[in-house]
Amino acid sequence: MSTYAKTVTFGVTLGSLVLLTGCELGPKTVSQVGYRGAGLNQINDPDHMAKAAAIPAAPYAVPEDTGPLASESYQNVQVLGGVSAERFNHLMAAITQWVAPPAQGCNYCHNPENLASDEKYTKIVARKMIQMTWNINTKYASHVKQTGVTCYTCHAGNAVPQYKWTDAVASPNPGRIRGAKFGQNAPDPNVGYASLPSQGFTDYFQNANQIRVASSSAYPSKNHVVSIKAAESSYGLMMHLSSSLGVNCTYCHNSQSFRSWSLSRAQRATAYYGIRMVRDTNDQYISSLQSVFPAYRKGPLGDPYKVNCMTCHQGLSKPLGGKSMIADNPVLKGPPIAQAAVVPAEGGPNADETVPDAFNTPAAMTDTTKATQ
Amino acid sequence: MALLSFERKYRVRGGTLIGGDLFDYWVGPFYVGFFGVTTAIFASLGTALIFYAASLGPTWNPWLISIAPPDISYGLGLAPLREGGFWQIITMCAVGAFTSWALREAEICRKLGIGYHVPIAFGVAIFAYVSLVVIRPWMLGAWGFGFPYGIFSHLDWVSNTGYQYLHFHYNPAHMLAVSFFFTTTFALALHGGLVLSAVNPDPKGPGNGEVKSPEYEDTFFRDTIGYSVGTLGIHRLGLFLALSAGFWSAICIIISGPLWARGWPEWWTWWLNLPIWS
Repeated sequence: MSTYAKTVTFGVTLGSLVLLTGCELGPKTVSQVGYRGAGLNQINDPDHMAKAAAIPAAPYAVPEDTGPLASESYQNVQVLGGVSAERFNHLMAAITQWVAPPAQGCNYCHNPENLASDEKYTKIVARKMIQMTWNINTKYASHVKQTGVTCYTCHAGNAVPQYKWTDAVASPNPGRIRGAKFGQNAPDPNVGYASLPSQGFTDYFQNANQIRVASSSAYPSKNHVVSIKAAESSYGLMMHLSSSLGVNCTYCHNSQSFRSWSLSRAQRATAYYGIRMVRDTNDQYISSLQSVFPAYRKGPLGDPYKVNCMTCHQGLSKPLGGKSMIADNPVLKGPPIAQAAVVPAEGGPNADETVPDAFNTPAAMTDTTKATQ
Repeated sequence: MALLSFERKYRVRGGTLIGGDLFDYWVGPFYVGFFGVTTAIFASLGTALIFYAASLGPTWNPWLISIAPPDISYGLGLAPLREGGFWQIITMCAVGAFTSWALREAEICRKLGIGYHVPIAFGVAIFAYVSLVVIRPWMLGAWGFGFPYGIFSHLDWVSNTGYQYLHFHYNPAHMLAVSFFFTTTFALALHGGLVLSAVNPDPKGPGNGEVKSPEYEDTFFRDTIGYSVGTLGIHRLGLFLALSAGFWSAICIIISGPLWARGWPEWWTWWLNLPIWS
């Protein structure tokens, strides 16, 4: 072998070995999510898949819903008053386990001298969060199905859920070439490390900006004026959905037409309601607590920590691996019947089985002539 | 096709890889050979099966006919004919026909005593096809990862398979392949333009329209960019660029799934995580 050939062989071998260090070796788990041969597959490396958080054992078996109500036994029970004191105490023990730092226990929310006092902000937040949980479990069966959510779904033992977002600070030097990033061109994990715009949470999870960008026609139309930046922004949000669920685009979509509902899987309808659930949660239950949260529980622009898909999903297509904690914590299923406000289910009572009306007229979602009428 | 006066002496016996003198003859202008026969058998059988499988499908619209591989639940086993078995046999026929054609080219090279550049180049194209329908499916454990045989359906496969990695343009081998494809067409355009410019000189210019020698071609590029790769070198470069395009295309799909299962943008976090600044 000539010196030249030896050098080339050595270089190619070394180069290949270096490149392989960037790989995920080992067997993959695969599943097919569409018609054979259409490229609709999920491929995962088990070593890099998110692991479901271990569900802690219940503090004690859930008691019977009998005996005096919480409102009869305790002072200042504004939200859980219609629950039996036995189950009220059980929920308090569970919340302490799920949310409160172990060193503080009950005192994280309560003044030990006067448990009824509202002097700690955490207690006011907890009250709102219970209402939020009820809202999710009753209004959004279209998204959470019968699995439901509990405090633990998001908190997972943390006082503040690990995954949250706040409004992004604008570039400090927008007039300079290096500063003019327009919310993109940075390897942000929220958009899967792509250069896509990453301010989508404010646009889509707080403001109800239009996510759909595809037109009904292959040709330009004055009825459909959507910028490329808007398409990239949607793409960025979809990167967040994919990363949060540990899935790829084909988990919901057939890329032949991202818009077409008839080509999409049922999972896309679940996500459709999930996006509305996240907006509702941020608007109705979190932003309304802005004045309650102390500054160290807010983002740099003074808005409270808000939720996105990752808050619950944490890298899994079903939070906590699909395990339901509702049976052990029945109080969180919904408000007691006696004082329940009638909240219509999003998408109708059978929304978890049917597709929204909007799906039948996708053009209406992006046609600006109709939107302005 | 008329034979040139000097052509006959190159039509000599021998040089076959297999079969000795069997099939060592020409039919009209075409050399047959053992691998010519196998090419014909594989290609005819494969084409007939495509038409038969299409006849069992829902449409004769040529854009929409699709012969799909099996469900991935069949793994690396055989599937019933109508559930992907046709695709499997057609794939075998295609690989057999392409490989036979390359070996037939090699036999002709041996007869002529020329290098194997053409069959090797064709071999890279075969490698690209085989990586899609054999190597990657085998590494992922199911023939169902191959692409379907249909005009629109294989485009859907390409699109969906790309979106399995969230944003395929971040695939480093895809970046190389695309760059080589563009560079190949760029080099071919420059080469074609340069040759035509030398044989179509300006009638009113220096030399009054006489055809110019390769020195003029070299001088053009020396004047323009300070270097000419030369008349032989441009063909070495062209072959390298074109084979690199096909080679990195094959690599970019082999690594997608078997060696990387997350979004391709995330692969680049190795750069962000370099100990220099992380």
